[in-house]
Parts: sequence; C-alpha cells; structure tokens
Amino acid sequence: MSLVEKINDIKLHHDYEAIVELIPYAQTIGVETSMVGESIVSSLRFMESNIGNPAIPALHGGVIAGFMENAALLHLIWEIELVNIPKIIDVSIDYLRPGQPSTTYSKCDTIRLGSRVALCNIIAWQEDITKPIAQARGHFLLSENRPI
Amino acid sequence: MDITPYLEKVCQTPHAIKLNLKLVSVGEQAVTLTLPYSKEIVGDSINNYIHGGAVSTAIDTACGAAILQAQSNLRAMATLDLRIDHVRPADSGVDINVYADCYHLTHTIAFVRASAYTDDVKAPIATAVGTFMRSNKQFPIT
Repeated sequence: MSLVEKINDIKLHHDYEAIVELIPYAQTIGVETSMVGESIVSSLRFMESNIGNPAIPALHGGVIAGFMENAALLHLIWEIELVNIPKIIDVSIDYLRPGQPSTTYSKCDTIRLGSRVALCNIIAWQEDITKPIAQARGHFLLSENRPI
Repeated sequence: MDITPYLEKVCQTPHAIKLNLKLVSVGEQAVTLTLPYSKEIVGDSINNYIHGGAVSTAIDTACGAAILQAQSNLRAMATLDLRIDHVRPADSGVDINVYADCYHLTHTIAFVRASAYTDDVKAPIATAVGTFMRSNKQFPIT
C-alpha cells in the first residue's frame, strides 16, 4: 500500500492517532494528535530528550521547528483530498519565548490553498495561547508541474 | 583547527545526543556537523526520507556552534529566526552534513547561514539563513 493510500485509509476510519505511527520522527519527539471539531491538532508532550539548553532548561529550537513543520503537514493531510504527500518547500520560524519543559500545543491555518502549493501559518504555545513560544509560516508542495 | 571543549557542548545537549549530532570540522567562524541517518528521524515510513524537522534541528545546532566558534567563547545565544529552504529530499539511508557560517556579529545579534548536504556542499538538500540574539551570560560549563 502506498503512503497516500495508507493515509486515506486512516482518514476514512478517522483514526487520527494512527497517523503519527507513519512518521517515526514525530514519535521520536513525542507528537500526539487529537481532534478538535473537524480539525486535527498536534501537541508535543515534554520529553527530557527534547532539551536543547539544559541550563534554563529549554526545549531545543530544532524540536520546536520540527514539531511545527509536522503540525502543518498533518493539518494539510487532514484538510485536503490527497493525491501526493505534501512536501515542505520552505519554513520561516520566529522564536518568541524559550520553550519550557512542559507540553507544547500548535494551531495551524491554511492562508492559501492552491492546486500546487499551500501556505500555512503555525503558532506554538504552552500555558497561554496569547503568549506563543514561536510562530512560523511555510510553503508546501501539493503537486508538481509535468515536465515541459 | 581543533574542536574546543566548549564547542563540543553543543553536541552534548539531550536532544543533540538523541539525534547523535557530531561535530566533524571547524573553521574560523564556521563549523560542519553530521546528522547520522537513523530510523528515528524518518518522516515518511514508506520511502524512508529524513523528516524536515530533524534537518532543521541539525541546522539550528550547527548555526549555534558557528556563533560560538566566531566569538571564541561560551557566550549564550537564542535563535531569533530561522528560514529554511528544503531544496530536495536526501536519499534514504544517507547521513546529512551541515555547514554553518557565522558571517557577522554585532554586540546583540549574530547573523548566520547554513547549508545541509549529503556528498557535495555545492548540491545542498537544504539551505538556511538565521539570526540569533547574543546573551550577556555564558553557557554554564557542567
């Protein structure tokens, strides 16, 4: 079964937790998913192995980036009729506060959904959604041009 | 040029250990580190491509190390922003190298750029630019 077929099967059965099992990296950093209304929402449980600065201690900036990229990917996978797995083109992250050793949440909005490219905005927060620890925007490739 | 003990520290944080990041070479204001391929960082369990997030972590870490190298001390820093272009996926099963260069320092800000590649630095899988805030404190040596 191809990855797209597998994901479409998961979507059909609304088995949103199974999707993380297809992404080993998401399991490595502790991504969990839940449904809020019709949307899939990712959270990141705290793990000692996600610490990047033991002195504060704070989460590794790369973990926060990876979590947000992954959150956008899951958001798109859930939102759109899949032909291909969306591929990340670029991501730009602004770090606003240190990531504390606690659960991190994310919210993703699709700013523009084209036929080939989607643009997403993602925020990540911990205790207080009005005090995000990072914001990001990224483009995802949905389908390629045929060679000219 | 030798890899100094304080530079080693960036590969000894819990998450760097988890991803098994290793510094391989250093220049005056630049470093190269390796992100070894492992099943744990795969983003697509059918094609076994490395997840973009793991590449981001390697880039962020390399940038931090390049800043330490450029300033020749353990002065702490925090990522302000990082922009990453994922040029193409890396072949499955292959280690990724990241070259990061801190090309300018002000009292408050460090400017960095980085390139992730497998065999050839001129054929990157990802490129990045970023800025970091420089702290007045030193990273504690533990």
